[in-house]
Amino acid sequence: MAVRIQSEDFDAGAEIAVLRRDNPAIGAIACFIGLVRDVNAGDRVSELTLEHYPGMTQKALEKIVEEAKSRWDIIEARVIHRVGELRPTDQIVMVVVAGAHRGEAFAACEFVMDYLKTQAPFWKKERTPQGSRWVEARSSDDAAARRWTR
Amino acid sequence: MDEANLVSDSGVEPVAAHTVTILYFARLKEVFGRGLERIALPGSVGTVEALREHLRARGGPWEAELALTKPVRVAVNQEMAGPEARVGPNDEVAFFPPVTGG
Repeated sequence: MAVRIQSEDFDAGAEIAVLRRDNPAIGAIACFIGLVRDVNAGDRVSELTLEHYPGMTQKALEKIVEEAKSRWDIIEARVIHRVGELRPTDQIVMVVVAGAHRGEAFAACEFVMDYLKTQAPFWKKERTPQGSRWVEARSSDDAAARRWTR
Repeated sequence: MDEANLVSDSGVEPVAAHTVTILYFARLKEVFGRGLERIALPGSVGTVEALREHLRARGGPWEAELALTKPVRVAVNQEMAGPEARVGPNDEVAFFPPVTGG
């Protein structure tokens, strides 16, 4: 599957090995991994809970990958997004894009992340010393996604 | 759940009631104290905008959280939808805050 939603951790090296196996057309792979930080909006974060909309999440991510494939000449793409309870240093999300050359791989990888941030139905709740709170959407994420509007 | 056809006051135009599934996520799920409900809607409530107004009429947190000034996102049958999108029988409509994944 091009897209996976899971509570388990993932191994980027193993995923990339599967992605590029026996495919001599691939000349470039771009990979992004998002991690849980221990600070947000000036407060310490001890735990992050990822909620999602089962059913829609998978479809939304598949649609984003399809859109990337229609815009760039890429060969393979994978998205893995975790849900449930995570801690600082944990991996949250991985996007891997394989193409013939680096240009399309870099661009498509960034595009998928920017769209995921604004279109895929995930929500973060973080635990801080002041209690638990829902993470607010950032206007800079909307601006990043708008760069790709055409 | 009442899914019977309703008849409008005039007795001329039959107004069909339709049942939809509504989902709430993240903060909205907490504030409303529910993640899912199935409700019968008057036939006149046929768009996302009208459904939002219908729910706001419950008052309290519904009125406050679904106010048009709030950045609420809506999906119909698991596709992002604007205020004009149609809401029909057995549709799945989700209300949620702006997404924060990744």
